[in-house]
Amino acid sequence: MVPQLSWYLALSAVLFTIGVVGVILKRNVISMFMCIELMLNAVNLTFVAFSSFFRDVQGQLFVFIVMTVAAAEAAVGLGIIISIFRTRESLDVDDASTLKL
Amino acid sequence: MQENNLLSLIIFAPLAGATINWFVGRRVRNERFIGLIACASVGISAILAFYFAFKPEGALRAAQPVMDHLWTWIQVGIFRADFGLAMDRLSGIYALFITFVGLLIHVFATGYMHGDDGYYRFFAYLNLFMFAMLTLILADNFLLMFVGWEGVGLCSYLLIGYYIDKEEAAPAAKKAFIANRVGDWGFVLGIFLLFWLTSHAGAPSISFFDKPAQDVVSALHTIGAMKPETFALSALWAGGITSVAILLFIGATGKSAQIPLFVWLPDAMAGPTPVSALIHAATMVTAGVYMVVRCSAIFTNAPMAMFIVAIIGAATALFAATIGLAQNDIKKVLAYSTISQLGYMFLACGVGAFVAAIFHVMTHAFFKAQLFLGSGSVIHGMHHEQDMRRMGNLRKYMPITWLTMCAGWLAICGVPIWAGFFSKDEILWKVWSANSAGMPPGAAKALWFVGAVTALLTAVYMTRLMVMTFWGKERFGAGHADEPHHRAEHDGHSPEATASHDPHTPHESPLSMTIPLIVLAVLSTVGGLVGVPYALSSLTGGHPENYFEEVLSPAVSHVRSTGAGENGEAEVHFLSPKPEPVDGKPALKPASEPVEAHDPHEITQERLLALISVMIALSGIAIGWFMFQRQPLMQMPRLIENKYYVDEVYDATIINPILVTSREGLWKIFDIGVIDGIIHTIGGAVVRFGRIIRYMQIGFVRGYAAIILAGALIIIGYFAYAGANVLRVLVK
Repeated sequence: MVPQLSWYLALSAVLFTIGVVGVILKRNVISMFMCIELMLNAVNLTFVAFSSFFRDVQGQLFVFIVMTVAAAEAAVGLGIIISIFRTRESLDVDDASTLKL
Repeated sequence: MQENNLLSLIIFAPLAGATINWFVGRRVRNERFIGLIACASVGISAILAFYFAFKPEGALRAAQPVMDHLWTWIQVGIFRADFGLAMDRLSGIYALFITFVGLLIHVFATGYMHGDDGYYRFFAYLNLFMFAMLTLILADNFLLMFVGWEGVGLCSYLLIGYYIDKEEAAPAAKKAFIANRVGDWGFVLGIFLLFWLTSHAGAPSISFFDKPAQDVVSALHTIGAMKPETFALSALWAGGITSVAILLFIGATGKSAQIPLFVWLPDAMAGPTPVSALIHAATMVTAGVYMVVRCSAIFTNAPMAMFIVAIIGAATALFAATIGLAQNDIKKVLAYSTISQLGYMFLACGVGAFVAAIFHVMTHAFFKAQLFLGSGSVIHGMHHEQDMRRMGNLRKYMPITWLTMCAGWLAICGVPIWAGFFSKDEILWKVWSANSAGMPPGAAKALWFVGAVTALLTAVYMTRLMVMTFWGKERFGAGHADEPHHRAEHDGHSPEATASHDPHTPHESPLSMTIPLIVLAVLSTVGGLVGVPYALSSLTGGHPENYFEEVLSPAVSHVRSTGAGENGEAEVHFLSPKPEPVDGKPALKPASEPVEAHDPHEITQERLLALISVMIALSGIAIGWFMFQRQPLMQMPRLIENKYYVDEVYDATIINPILVTSREGLWKIFDIGVIDGIIHTIGGAVVRFGRIIRYMQIGFVRGYAAIILAGALIIIGYFAYAGANVLRVLVK
């Protein structure tokens, strides 16, 4: 049984939904961070699937850009997380809420 | 037409002088250097003006003006204004006496302003004034003339307010500027309307002259070739030639201090005396007369406007002369005298005697500059005392000033031989014999009567001035010693300059001041001889023509003639023995036709009137002498001593209502209520909206994430919905 395009899209959708739910529900900042990575990679999967389906290399090129951005984001994000942890001794995002009124 | 680029040097030399004095003079602070630059730049102008006026084929001889087209200033559609200069017979005469009298006053000022802190500033302003005034005179179109017009207004403002630490100077300067702005409003509207009229006549132009090289036709010729308008009040607001004329005349009333805008000129005496002599007597205030004469082609086609000019002129002459009777400040008397004499000039313009008006402008420039400089010399000698009640017997101390001022006095009174006699007599004769179209019967005689009464009053108040100042008992010294001393301190002079001589004794002025006085006294004495009318010169068998009239007459239009359109031809006819009809219409003005002008009946009448003028002048002097010799401090009627309360009336009826409306209405209601209200409403709404919106800032990262998700879902939902619609359409 040859995998269809729709299988990849369905998998991607599932992964993305897991990521969204995780970002909204999880309070641990590391978990949220991982969920964001999950969403990015779900999108990457879509890109690759369509690229292969349409026989167009552009989708694959875009994946590299996304991966680069994700790497940069990971570096910056982890830096922020570490500095938050140093000041607040906590990884709970609800503790970092000084921006509210 | 002659082109000559040197002409522009006449106006740019004083500008260069002003620039040098402003930037270099303020650092050098050397009075000799500053005075030299200022006088030299005006001297260059004077030399060039004389060269262009009197050279072979010069402005005063040639049929065509000397032109200098510098650049095209504005060209928009059919509108065109050049930066171009032109010297014709009219502007030539003006340029001559402005540069010459201006030069003398500059020399005088080097002495008068000695020791003043703002020496460089004063001369920079004075030179700038000369630049603006000469631009006004030599401009070849209305718009450039307006530039000069505003320029002299600015310089007048700066120089009236020159003594910045004097409390009356700043309001006086402001008053002059604002009164002039009212007039400028009329002037600008007049230019607009003129351009509109000429456009409708098919030759849009605001130029004074034909300029074939630039393809410009003269607006004055266009208007002059039109049919004269009727003598009716309704013509004033009909938007035709009469409206143009009356709007231009409003401009002239501002600049030349006529009723109702004359109030600024007496206050303008707060400026230094050379300024009063140059700007507020000899040159700037006559710009209105210049403008009216320059536009004579417009005025002669607007008989109603002419009549109003004559009435305003006569009324101003009489009104100001009566006020002059009762003033105690020597400069105020001269200021009202200036207003009165300007009234004479407008009276002459109003009856079509444009040549006589310019003649009086010229002689007035001589004798009034002389009188003002003389009063400056007196004020200087008296250590800045201006009140005539504290003078007396000054001829003992200041013989040169006294003698020279006598020349100016006799000239303004109209004693024969002295300049004022010829010009004033000419005006009175022209008024008496005026018969321009539509004037009510008897109006000419009534105007003449007003003029004659004014002449009498002039002789009386000038005699009063002379008697109070130079004759009688000394009223300065011990009794009032403290007051002159006190007054010496509040002018711009540094204390050392006044402390160097005895503050109680008047002294004669230095040479730099007396030489201009002497030159002007000589001019006041003989300057009128260029315009001796035939009726008088024939008594001694002199030149058959009035030389001044012969020169100037071709440059102005004549009442009921065919107007300025035929200037070039009219000049030819004028010089020929018998004028022929021009363009089918006969040239009706008798004065421009030598043959008719020498009608024996008229000559008898003219001689009789001249005799009457002399009698008036002499009796005026006699009245003044006997009234004030005995009682120099005679109490004058309160009404005229307080200037008919004109200032108070203006305050109550115009200025205060404007102030109150501005403060209570415009500021407290409109500005605070409406403008501020709108702004506060908008600002308050933003603040209130922000207060509501800020509850979105919950501060929890997951909340923001949820909001982003919701937004994304909305957008995706929209596209999904729209895409479904598209699909449905495609499927069908």
